[in-house]
Amino acid sequence: MQSILIKNGRVIDPSQGMDCVTNVLIENGRITGFGLQPSGREREIDAEGKIVAPGFVDLHTHLREPGFEESETIFSGTDAALNGGYTTICCIPNTNPPIDTPADVEFIQDQAVRADHCNVCVIGCISKNREGKELAEMGNLARKGVVGFSDDGSDIENAELLRRAFEYAQMFDLPIMCHTEDKNLANRGVMNEGLVATRLGMRGIPSIAEDVMTARAIMLAEYTKGRLHLMHISTAKGVELIREAKCHGVNVTAEVTPHHLTLTDELLVSFDTNLKMAPPLRTQADVDACVAGLLDGTLDCIATDHAPHSAEKKQREIDLAPFGIVGLETSLAVLNTELILKGKMSWTQLIEKMSWNPAKVVKLKEGRGTLAQGAVADVVIIDPELRWTVTEKEFRSGSANSPWLGKELVGRAVCVLVNGRIRLLRR
Amino acid sequence: MINDLPELGEFPEGWKRKHLLGLEDLTKEELLILLDKAQVFRNAFDEGRRKFSFLSGHTSVTLFFENSTRTRTSFTLAAQRLGASCVAFAASTSSLSKGESVIDTAKNLEAMGCESMVVRHSTPGIPHLLAESVDCSIINAGDGAHEHPTQGLLDILTMRQRLGNLEGKTVCVVGDIAHSRVARSNAWGLKKLGAHVIVCGPSTLVSPYWEEMGVEYSHNLDALLPRVDVLNMLRIQFERQFTSPFPSIREYSLLFGMNGERLRRAKPELLVIAPGPINRGVELTPEVADGPQSAILDQVSNGLAVRMAVLWLTDGARKRLAQAK
Repeated sequence: MQSILIKNGRVIDPSQGMDCVTNVLIENGRITGFGLQPSGREREIDAEGKIVAPGFVDLHTHLREPGFEESETIFSGTDAALNGGYTTICCIPNTNPPIDTPADVEFIQDQAVRADHCNVCVIGCISKNREGKELAEMGNLARKGVVGFSDDGSDIENAELLRRAFEYAQMFDLPIMCHTEDKNLANRGVMNEGLVATRLGMRGIPSIAEDVMTARAIMLAEYTKGRLHLMHISTAKGVELIREAKCHGVNVTAEVTPHHLTLTDELLVSFDTNLKMAPPLRTQADVDACVAGLLDGTLDCIATDHAPHSAEKKQREIDLAPFGIVGLETSLAVLNTELILKGKMSWTQLIEKMSWNPAKVVKLKEGRGTLAQGAVADVVIIDPELRWTVTEKEFRSGSANSPWLGKELVGRAVCVLVNGRIRLLRR
Repeated sequence: MINDLPELGEFPEGWKRKHLLGLEDLTKEELLILLDKAQVFRNAFDEGRRKFSFLSGHTSVTLFFENSTRTRTSFTLAAQRLGASCVAFAASTSSLSKGESVIDTAKNLEAMGCESMVVRHSTPGIPHLLAESVDCSIINAGDGAHEHPTQGLLDILTMRQRLGNLEGKTVCVVGDIAHSRVARSNAWGLKKLGAHVIVCGPSTLVSPYWEEMGVEYSHNLDALLPRVDVLNMLRIQFERQFTSPFPSIREYSLLFGMNGERLRRAKPELLVIAPGPINRGVELTPEVADGPQSAILDQVSNGLAVRMAVLWLTDGARKRLAQAK
């Protein structure tokens, strides 16, 4: 395996507090040294003016295969991941069939190996067939290497079942990843309940539909001493609940999406179905609270909730169109444009929230999420000044349901190495 | 017999819209143009001049994805009396049941040649979506709980006829505010004309967010009655609710129904209107609905005049835009 020397990049690795211009040497697929000069034997990658960081880790990717291949396949989804700078993604089990048996896990793992794009970690179902009635075979799934359990797409209505899940999953030291939403309170809503929904005459999803279930999940985790990971937190109250829980020592981590950090329900005046997702876009106060929560460590990770839907599904009446937007290929550029360039967040913070922290939540092995010596070389090289316009043809995902279509953004992954091999090189 | 209508005058310079999607977007000037032209059509109607040729050669399609009888009939008559031909498209008899999208349906109809589409749909924003997808004029005949601009206009025209200038007048819309496009179109239009708007109904159907829209909200009809000039009594939309927002119809009627007893505690010159069809005995007792303060049938005649004005104005704007290109 050829050695690689990434030269003169600004190397940022939050795991070891590193932020300096240096060379990174990769031998046999692993990071082996910093600051070394070329020996002539390595393949050299010039990273001058670029940022070199541990590859991004997404905790929340819907790969849609098996069952919804018209929207995304494991091949296209992992390709999209590379295009966005991700080296590891964790796929959500709400496929058809749902990922609730060892055979389902193996299928995904095999398809990911065939695709040969990025690492894919599998999240298994909490309940059999994602029906919320009885526990899936968590132990069997754990033996196949799932990194957590989730019935994402909907919440578990039965609190007793969720309690058992928290207790049972502890045997395998795996997190219960909760999509927190009370279906009755959400009341078939389309967008955030509030002034904008009132003006537009749209059925609202109140923030309380999320918050009561966030509170419930926290209380169950506290009671059972289980490990909770809260998915796509979108409300100010949710951030407050998590902050308080962490103060009390509850074993909880949380993620927030790029869209909940940057967009508000005001945009829905366009009636664009690419602004419809669950949880919905909230108010500016919620966005501000999510950004603050991210910066003070209440929210640990940025996760995309990449949710591809084919155009024919999204081009429907907004109350019938499915929830969700793609995110893998725009997250870096959106966060740079809206947060870093506006002085609200640093590159170190972004990389911590997109690489190091998510790797810790699912306990990735072999030093993923870091550039420490000896770690597997999962690396992203970012051009922080590259301007590009989001168009359908820029997407490698099977779908282009993005609210940023037509927008000019700044910053993009230009090179991605997975296990020491170059898997993306943008010219 | 085709009539003349010299009172209509030249096409107003201030009107540039080929679509009518809602009253929220309109300026006060545009609103006044619509109301003034509608009044011209109404006067002519009262004098027996009911048939014109302004839209001869124009084909209008009523594209209704929700049931309606009077709005559709009113638009059809309005188009015909302007000399247009009018075709009805009903969703239940169309290929929509085969999964054809709304946009595809509209494009198909346009390919057959039509100058305007009058659209009603249960989803907010559908007329806006169509306005971006087709070349003909789109007239919103009700999109979900969002807007119903011609209903708002005919309500306002009726108020203007009875009360004159609406500046400083208090108009209270009563009922299922949450699910009402009529409440929204009334609020936007009336606020532009300087009226004070109150929305009133059960607290489960009237949210405090209305205040942020510049509208007073209340859950106590009796407390409001003495200071109200117009009551617009909405129909309870049983079909739009998934959970029951109040315990019973009897209780609703008790708290928010307009009856003779309440009428006697209101201003003597109180005007009562209702967008219809009303549930008699629920929102209004027959005593009120058929009494001298009710203008319900006037509203129906005004509806026709408003729709004629809307079709005439949007058609004129569309032709001018086409010429400019």
